[in-house]
Amino acid sequence: MYEGLDLNLIWFILVGILLTGYAILDGFDLGVGALHLFVKDDSDRRIMINSIGPVWDGNEVWLVTGGGAIFAAFPDVYATVFSAFYPAIMLILVGIIFRAVAIEFRSKNESKRWRKSWDIAFSFSSILIALLFGTALGNIIQGIPVNSEKEAYIGFFSLINPYAILVGITTVALFMMHGAIYAVMKTEGKLQSQVRGWVNNTIIFFVICYVTVTMATLIYLPHMTAVFKAHPEFFILALLNMLAVANIPREIHKGREFAAFFSSSFSIAALLGLFALGMFPNFVTSSIAAAYSLNAYAHSSSKKTLEVMLTMALIGIPFVLAYTASIYWVFRGKVKLDKMSY
Amino acid sequence: MDVEILSRIQFAFTVMFHYIYPPMSIGLAVLLIFMEGMFLKTGNPMFERMTKFWVKIFALTFAMGVATGIVMEFEFGTNWATYSRYVGDVFGSALAAEGIFAFFLESGFLAILLFGWDKVGPKMHFFSTIMVAAGAHLSAVWIVVANSWMQTPTGFHIVGEGMNARAEIIDFWAMVFNPSSIERLSHTIGGAWICGAFLVISVSAYYLLKNRHVELSRSSFKIGLSLAAFASLFQLITGHSSAVQVGEYQPAKMAAYEGHYNTEPGDLYLFGWVFDSEQKVIGIKIPGMLSVLLYMDSSKPVTGLNEFPPEDRPPINLVFQTYHLMVALGMYFIAFIVIGIFLLWRNKLFKTAWFMKLSVASVILPHIANQAGWVSAEVGRQPWIVYNLLRTSDGLSKVVSAENVLFSLILFTLIYALLFVLFLYLLDSKIKHGPEDEHNEPVVEQLVKAQ
Repeated sequence: MYEGLDLNLIWFILVGILLTGYAILDGFDLGVGALHLFVKDDSDRRIMINSIGPVWDGNEVWLVTGGGAIFAAFPDVYATVFSAFYPAIMLILVGIIFRAVAIEFRSKNESKRWRKSWDIAFSFSSILIALLFGTALGNIIQGIPVNSEKEAYIGFFSLINPYAILVGITTVALFMMHGAIYAVMKTEGKLQSQVRGWVNNTIIFFVICYVTVTMATLIYLPHMTAVFKAHPEFFILALLNMLAVANIPREIHKGREFAAFFSSSFSIAALLGLFALGMFPNFVTSSIAAAYSLNAYAHSSSKKTLEVMLTMALIGIPFVLAYTASIYWVFRGKVKLDKMSY
Repeated sequence: MDVEILSRIQFAFTVMFHYIYPPMSIGLAVLLIFMEGMFLKTGNPMFERMTKFWVKIFALTFAMGVATGIVMEFEFGTNWATYSRYVGDVFGSALAAEGIFAFFLESGFLAILLFGWDKVGPKMHFFSTIMVAAGAHLSAVWIVVANSWMQTPTGFHIVGEGMNARAEIIDFWAMVFNPSSIERLSHTIGGAWICGAFLVISVSAYYLLKNRHVELSRSSFKIGLSLAAFASLFQLITGHSSAVQVGEYQPAKMAAYEGHYNTEPGDLYLFGWVFDSEQKVIGIKIPGMLSVLLYMDSSKPVTGLNEFPPEDRPPINLVFQTYHLMVALGMYFIAFIVIGIFLLWRNKLFKTAWFMKLSVASVILPHIANQAGWVSAEVGRQPWIVYNLLRTSDGLSKVVSAENVLFSLILFTLIYALLFVLFLYLLDSKIKHGPEDEHNEPVVEQLVKAQ
């Protein structure tokens, strides 16, 4: 089956698509969470939470499935990365747990203190998850100390180096911008004009971070840019990314919120695309020796497993896209609170 | 304490805490199909109120399941990296399948189940309920398949040597339908149904004792009792076939279940205590019954623990006790439903206060049975992480230190303790609040008119 196909390349791309899907979808609900405390009124906060209420759980499934796909297709990558980032992963899990229960628990009690506590938990866990994923990504970009036995370890204090934190903050900024645009689509009236104001601020925040990261990468991490010297045509993606970001305030100004959301989604995809181009074929670059890097060819599962998984993906993906599209269609439009809302 | 014991405690603790919630969700999902189906069929608004009430409880258990479930998927990589490298080619595809075939389905339709009452028609809503139940069951399918492969691995071969040795798949369907998959899956699902059924039974009995929501609670009690009756008898069958299968494929585990040391006809203990150093069990037994259970022949020998070197035996008394606890509870559930159906037949069910009180209290027992069954199955697999293939002590992450695991274990303990208290508090307040009263809305309308 699948003769003549480069299955390793296909799975590198499919893992990329799953994680990009996660970043775009959970990105906006993490962003809504990060902005949550700026909304003051209880019913407005409920609108914020209910804007992501029906979809956040499905969005997180992209991460779970992405993790499962890496485990199955590239077991060494899964094992090395998850054990190497042990402290960071544990903190991400804490964030994910608190966030899930905060969304569910908050509405169950009228008390002000109860709601305030869960609001804080919801917002801080959203920021923490984005920050830690970004920081881990920053470390991956720099390379981690993978040794000849395919093992690496990054303690908490080497995790939080300046470049990695910069990528972490950029991720928070990106998701805040993305979440603000989503919130504009889902709100109306006074709340909407408040949210609309954040879009511009978050764009500025993001662009400053993004320019700084780009400069730092060009200066300190030339290995990430080597591919662009060999293939100048890839610069188009970087250019499209800048155009997409620049397009956001324009669409917001014209009241075309969906187009703005599409632009920021495209921008997330483009950023991860640039990252993937810089890394390929590696998933993890070893900072000890290039030969120890983990890549899509030497560290994949057997051809048989990649084939079985591709069959699963071909059967599953149409369903996944159908569910995702129908849920977003059913819950389109502005948020209206009712009895069953959070 | 060393990394191995800490990692095992952490995995056991996080998975046992997680497994409080999915059985309730799986069982409740089935009951929601009944309740909403009755509403569609009869048009009786009581069933609508019943469904909406249980959907809220379902949402709470589901959220806890999601929050604690992601931990499990990440822990294979964080704490069991060597295991993950070794089995990823085989085990990973089952996990990926769970994501793509179960979680997407479940989470998508869950949105409609919880928030879609006014957004879609009643039939579409009912369809969504069925799909959520299907997703919950499919997720059990894939995770139990993965776990069963660790018990009875098939469909693979070993490639490479030493550090690079690993299992590679040769037959995907042989992996999926490994010798224990079907038995273990049906037994797990049956356990989940009992769990959901007893929750509904317990809450309904509580209202009946308090004389609240009487008509609704009588009806939901009967719905719960029907599922409990079916599931308890189903467990008798799946439990038996599971035991036969364990006897055939994991003889050391079977021997530990009954504290059976010498290869000779086996006895079945009702309860007892294993003195491992003296190789002796003190308790009440039915002689030869284990051989009957496994081979339908009381004189046929059952492989004893002495056939295995001491380093290849599981901790015997723990496996023995948890196994017998599970079996005893299984018998209790059957006795419970027999009495319940008898009382219902004599038209005395809802007037029998002691049985109603027993119904309220029994809610915890299916949880104990599920957890005990899990412990006996997984501890019974020790010292192997993949039976006869890889030892648990060889599956650890090499780079993760004891301090790391101690830190995360303390973190999980604190967080889960907090969550558990809050979960119980919210469950309690939802139950005390109860379903919407049928008279509520007209009363509000009258007040509005009066103003």
